[in-house]
Amino acid sequence: MSTLSVALTGNPNTGKSTIFNELTGIRQKIGNWPGVTVDKKTGYAKYDNRAISIVDLPGTYSINARSPEEQIVIDYLLNERPDIVVDVIDSSNIERNLFLTLQLLEHHIPILIDLNMMDEANKRGLKISTNKLSEIIGMPVVETVGRSNKSIKKLLSIFTSTVMHNYKNSELIDNHIAAVEKIKQDQLDPDKCEEQIIALRYNLIDTIIAQIVDTSNVASSSVTEKIDRVLANGFIALPILLLMLYGVFEITFTWIGQPIADELDFLLNTWFSGVAANTLASIGVASWLQSLIVDGIIAGVGSVLTFVPLIFTLFFCLSFLDGTGYMARVAFVMDPVMRRAGLTGKGVMPLIMGFGCGVPAIMGARALDSEKDRMISILVTPFLTCGAKLPVMALFAAVFFPNNASNIVFSMYIIGIVMAIAMAKVLNVTTFKDKQSTFLLELPPYRIPDMKTVFLETWDKGKGYLVKAGTIIFAMSVLIWFLSNYNMSGPTDEMTQSFLAYLGAGVSHLFALQGFDSWQAGSAVITGVVAKEAVISTMGILYNIGDVADDTAAAANQMMTALGGSFTALSAFSFMVFTQLYSPCVTALGTIKKETGKWKWMLFAFAYTSLVAWFISLIVYQAGRLLGF
Amino acid sequence: MSTNLSSEKITLAAIKPGQRVQIEYLEPSPLKERLMSMGLVPGTALKVLRSAPLGDPMAISVRSYNLSLRLADAQKIIVSTAAL
Repeated sequence: MSTLSVALTGNPNTGKSTIFNELTGIRQKIGNWPGVTVDKKTGYAKYDNRAISIVDLPGTYSINARSPEEQIVIDYLLNERPDIVVDVIDSSNIERNLFLTLQLLEHHIPILIDLNMMDEANKRGLKISTNKLSEIIGMPVVETVGRSNKSIKKLLSIFTSTVMHNYKNSELIDNHIAAVEKIKQDQLDPDKCEEQIIALRYNLIDTIIAQIVDTSNVASSSVTEKIDRVLANGFIALPILLLMLYGVFEITFTWIGQPIADELDFLLNTWFSGVAANTLASIGVASWLQSLIVDGIIAGVGSVLTFVPLIFTLFFCLSFLDGTGYMARVAFVMDPVMRRAGLTGKGVMPLIMGFGCGVPAIMGARALDSEKDRMISILVTPFLTCGAKLPVMALFAAVFFPNNASNIVFSMYIIGIVMAIAMAKVLNVTTFKDKQSTFLLELPPYRIPDMKTVFLETWDKGKGYLVKAGTIIFAMSVLIWFLSNYNMSGPTDEMTQSFLAYLGAGVSHLFALQGFDSWQAGSAVITGVVAKEAVISTMGILYNIGDVADDTAAAANQMMTALGGSFTALSAFSFMVFTQLYSPCVTALGTIKKETGKWKWMLFAFAYTSLVAWFISLIVYQAGRLLGF
Repeated sequence: MSTNLSSEKITLAAIKPGQRVQIEYLEPSPLKERLMSMGLVPGTALKVLRSAPLGDPMAISVRSYNLSLRLADAQKIIVSTAAL
């Protein structure tokens, strides 16, 4: 028998994705719908010896083809004609959910209506007559409780036993469609036409609801309402939000994610690369090949893998919070602040993560609703002071401003934030001025998240990063390895003789007006694109210091003479400003390419941040000179 | 269209938390169709729940779900406080 094709449609927050995850488990893959950054989720199930392919269409309130998501849903349903189209409905919110149902029926798409989360509706005191609804509309209706095994079995057995073309629209629906057609013919103004049709649909919905829903026992105040009185209200909402943000940040960058990343880093870059180096040497592999394998490939793989624990931890937290419904409250509470910065309320979570690491922050922007918000958030994140920039700042501050070190480091954070806000505003009125950013957000009921969904989402993020961003990051790391170990006459042991040193000397001419035009600084700027913390180790090698200590105070001692000789306090500050703002590291660049799907945006992110950094450090240096520093 | 005798227009943005109102009509705006699709059509009853800690946006309860919208958009929704 051929594979049965099933498509899941429905409003957001109906538990549709939970049903999809429960139906398919790990037999699913996530891709992109062509041309847009909307996830395409397909999966497989087997029941009664029948292979079933299931696609989880984006959650939408309507199918008017106004957004990419709506366009995807209607195109897919009309062009692919799946065997069974399931319309997943949140039973406790059936009124608004039926709007999409009517639209689907108007397109003559036979649907299996799934009244999901019936338990929640019953708890709220709603009584819904499933049979009556089926009778009124003419289509099959099934009741489910999202994550129960029984419900999933029931759905699978209905999928394999139901023949959709046996069902016809009821007379009531046929009459409705005729009325819609009549409006379309009579009303020539397209806006008015659409509005009249919308009103007609809600008229019919009110009629249907009156017949199938008994609201006489509905509780006046729901649990959600009680929780919101704390989490979304008054002055206590903000401190709680800050506490939540702080918690997620600490879990990711202090308690769980970073320690695992450090372990992994040690295992790969110290232990494994040591073992590999010894093994390769003992079997007599040529030294250039040893270097390629150990310093190029293993280090490249290492730079990809060490970010994985951060991404897994952060997305576990974000996806868990999203599952509870709290993320919508974050957006609600933060919208006024973020809007003034040219961003949107939901963007606060990914942006804050940018102070830990830009990579998960850039990936987190995917949760934002509009393309414009996503792009702006992705493009301004790199200005923030991530964990890798911090040691560079701390070292320079300790060497050049020993009495004021923490204030100087703090000023870097401020410069980063100010530039992020300023560029968000600039991008808002230039590159993305035609795109609309709106704020119309459902505050879904609080729920206990479905852990299967949380784990699957986390896994997908990690896998997507490894496969899509990993290859780019790996390639760029190997390229930089080549540049720092080779020159025109072949391999070289001295980085000072490498392509990198020549390039550094060339690049350094760009910084004559910023006061740091030494070839060492130029080379450090180049390796800083691989990883920001590499700025220090590169300078250590180029100034013949050898390994720079991890401890800031010890490192400052080592570097004091070398740096003191080639930087003044002012040119050091200008160099710090440049390092704070210029190009994201290759890992972040690879992630930008993956998230935006376009090389263009990756190159743009590289070029515009570097230009901004160049100008700001120029202004800082020249203004400082005028002021007599 | 309006059953309200007073000539002054009351917009949703001016309604205090806890109050129930009925939608009279929506003024033209880029969001109009989306708002209507989400169930905010003339005649619909709704309740204002709260405003965000910084005053904007506001949260309403409509057709048994909760929605938040900015005050600028709420100003395009004309309501009446006539007995419900």
